[in-house]
Amino acid sequence: MTVVTMREALNQALREEMLRDENVFLMGEEVGAYQGAYKITKGLLDELGEKRVIDTPITELGFAGLGVGAAMVGLRPVIEFMTFNFSILATDQIINSAAKMLYMSGGQFNIPIVFRGPGGSAFQVSSQHSQALESWFSYFPGLKVVMPSTPADAKGLLKSAIRDDDPVIFIEQERMYGNKGEVPEDADFTIPLGVADIKREGTDATIVARSLMVPVALKAAEVLETQGVSCEVIDLRTIRPLDINTIIASVRKTNRVVVAEESHPFCGVGGEICQEITERAFDYLDAPVKRVSGADVPMPYAKNLEDLAIPNVDQVVAAVREIAYLE
Amino acid sequence: MVRVNSRKQQTVAKSNYEIGKRAPEPSRVGAEETTATGVMDDESADMVDSSSPQQRRESLKEAQKNRLADIDRETLINIYHQMLLVRRFEEKSAEAYSAGKIGGFCHLYIGQEAVAIGAISAIRKDDYVLTSYREHAHAIAKGMSPDSVMAELFGKATGCSKGKGGSMHMFDKEVNFLGGHAIVGGQIPLATGVAFASKYKGTDQVTLCFFGEAAVNQGAFHESLNMAQLWKLPCIYICENNQYGMGTSLERAMASQDISQKACAYDIAAEFVDGMDVLAVREATLRAVERARTSYFPTLLEVRTYRFMGHSMSDPGNYRTRAEIERHQERDPIKLFTASLKEERVMSDSDFQRIEADVKEQVEHALEFAEQSPLPDPKELYTDVYANPIVPDSKRGPQ
Repeated sequence: MTVVTMREALNQALREEMLRDENVFLMGEEVGAYQGAYKITKGLLDELGEKRVIDTPITELGFAGLGVGAAMVGLRPVIEFMTFNFSILATDQIINSAAKMLYMSGGQFNIPIVFRGPGGSAFQVSSQHSQALESWFSYFPGLKVVMPSTPADAKGLLKSAIRDDDPVIFIEQERMYGNKGEVPEDADFTIPLGVADIKREGTDATIVARSLMVPVALKAAEVLETQGVSCEVIDLRTIRPLDINTIIASVRKTNRVVVAEESHPFCGVGGEICQEITERAFDYLDAPVKRVSGADVPMPYAKNLEDLAIPNVDQVVAAVREIAYLE
Repeated sequence: MVRVNSRKQQTVAKSNYEIGKRAPEPSRVGAEETTATGVMDDESADMVDSSSPQQRRESLKEAQKNRLADIDRETLINIYHQMLLVRRFEEKSAEAYSAGKIGGFCHLYIGQEAVAIGAISAIRKDDYVLTSYREHAHAIAKGMSPDSVMAELFGKATGCSKGKGGSMHMFDKEVNFLGGHAIVGGQIPLATGVAFASKYKGTDQVTLCFFGEAAVNQGAFHESLNMAQLWKLPCIYICENNQYGMGTSLERAMASQDISQKACAYDIAAEFVDGMDVLAVREATLRAVERARTSYFPTLLEVRTYRFMGHSMSDPGNYRTRAEIERHQERDPIKLFTASLKEERVMSDSDFQRIEADVKEQVEHALEFAEQSPLPDPKELYTDVYANPIVPDSKRGPQ
C-alpha cells in the first residue's frame, strides 16, 4: 500500500490495464501530448506510444462513436471526456449505439468500452461545466455507471471497468482528484462492479452517498456521533446496477435513511433509491426517507452561490437530525 | 458516351491530385480514372432533364457494356442473381407488411439495388459492412441468408438478431455485417471505428459504410471524415444519394448539393458514381478498396440513385410526382443490367429463366421459414442486455 492521490490512482489503473492488454487504447481530447487536461493520463503517451494514446480533435460524437465501432470488433477503448459535460454531445453514440448494440444484435455484438472523465461540480466553472449526469446514464439498460470516492476505489473500479465486457460510464469527481488515500500496488487488485461499500458502520441512521458526497457524509457522521447519533455511511460506488441489497440490509438495521447526492433532485438517482426502499423496506422505516440534493438550478458562478448549490456537511447533519426527530 | 460535368470533374480531380501528391502509388486516383467511372452529368440525374428516357438508357447501356468485358461470367451472373433476389425479396416483404406479418417500419430498397450489390461485390468476405435502416439488400449481399433476414422481419426467434432488432437492426457476426443503424448518420462514426480497429490490429480488412444523402448534413458525417483522413483509416464512405431524405428533397435540405465535393473539405479522395449502373459502382468501389487495403486511405463515393418506393411503407408519396418516379424507372438498374447481359451474350434466355426460378424458390423458402419459425421465448426479453450481467438481487429480475 502506498498513499497516492485519486489522480495517480486512476493513472496507475490505466497504465496497468494498457500494459496488461494491448487491445486497450486510450482516446480523447488532450490525453497525449498535453498529458491530460487533468493530468490523469500523464506519462502514458511516452510509455505506450501514439498507437495506444490518441489525441482527438474536439469532436465528441465522432470519437465516442469511433470507440463503439472499434469495440464491436474486439478492441477495448477507454474514451476520455475532458469533462462529462462534453459527453452530452456524444450521447447519441453512448445511448443509441453502445447501450443497445448487444440487445438489438440478438447478443452478437457486446461493447467493451469505458467512457470516463470528471463530472459534477468543479471550482467556479459555472453552469455548463458543473453537471452531475449520472441519472441520465443510469436510466439506460445496457450501460453500467460507476462513481468512485476514494483513490483505492478509483483504481480498483477502473480496472474492473476496463476488463468488463459491457459499456461502462465511469464518472470521476473533479474536486476529488487531489484527495489522497492508500492504494494497493498489486497489478491484479480490482474491485467488482455492482457492489456498494459500507464506509462507516452505524446503528441509528443510514446515509446513502456517492462520489463527492461520501466524504461529506463521513464528516456528517463524525459530527452526529458527537451528538449521540450513530450513522452508517454507504458508498454506492456503482450506480447501475444498484446494490440494493446492501442498502436494504442497512435500512432494516437503522430504520432511517438520508440519501445525499450532488445532482439535481428531480428524476434523480436519489429518487430511485427512495422508491426502492419504499417497495422493499417500508415496514422497517421509522421516518420518511430524506433526500439532500444539489440545488435545482443551473450551477452559478459566484463563489457564495456555488457553495449554496452543493450539499454540505451541515445540510446532511440537519437531514439526519430531522428523520431522527431530534429537531 | 457518358458526358461529364466539367465543374464536378475539376473539383474531384483537384481533390484527387492533392491526395495523390502525398499518397503511395497504389492509392493514387487520377482524373482520368474518375472520368471512367461513368460520372453522370447533372442533367441526366435530376428533374430538369430534357433528354428522352430512351437516350438515357442507351448512353448508360453503352457505358455498362464497356465494363462487362473486364469481369468474369460467374461474377456477372452472381451480381445479377443478387440484384434480382433482393428485388423479389423486397416485393414479398411489401406484401407481407401489407398483410400485417411485418411490424414497425419497413424501408424498401427497390431501385437502389445496384449500389449495395455493386459495392459489396467489390470486397472480401472478411471485410466489414455497416449501413442504415434501409438494409435488407446489404445484409443479403454480404452473405446473410434470406431466411434469417425474413425471419427477423417477422420478429421470429430464428431471425438474424433473434427477433430483437427487426427491419432496422440486422446483424450477422459470421459475415461481418455490423448492422442496421436507425439514427440517421449514426453508423458513420461506428464504421470509422471498425476501420480504426483494422488498422490498429494491422489487418488489411476494409470497411464499407453506407448512408443516405440526408446523413451528410449530420455532424457525424463531417466528424468521421475528418478523423478518417487525419488518421488514414481504411473506410469507404458510400453516400447513396437517392435525392430524398424521407419526403424532403435534396434541394430543400442541403445548401450545397454537390456531395462528392464535400470530401475536399477533408482532403479525401472522392468519386461521383452512377448508382443505376451496378458495374460502375463496383468499379469505383474496387478502386477505393485498393486504396484502403494497401494504404489505409479513406474514400467518399457519392452514388446517385433513386428509390422507387416510398421512404417507408407508410409514405403518402405526395412530395414527388408519379411522372418523376416513372422517368427514373426507365433507368431501372436491373433492366439496364439485364439488357447489357443479353446484348453482350453473357447470359441466355434460359439462364435468365433459371435465375428467376431460383430466386423465386429462395424467396418462397424465406417466407415459409419465417412463417414456420417460433416467436422468441418470453425469457428472451431479459437476455442480451449485458454481456457480463451483475445480479445483486434476484427479486429485481435479470439485469
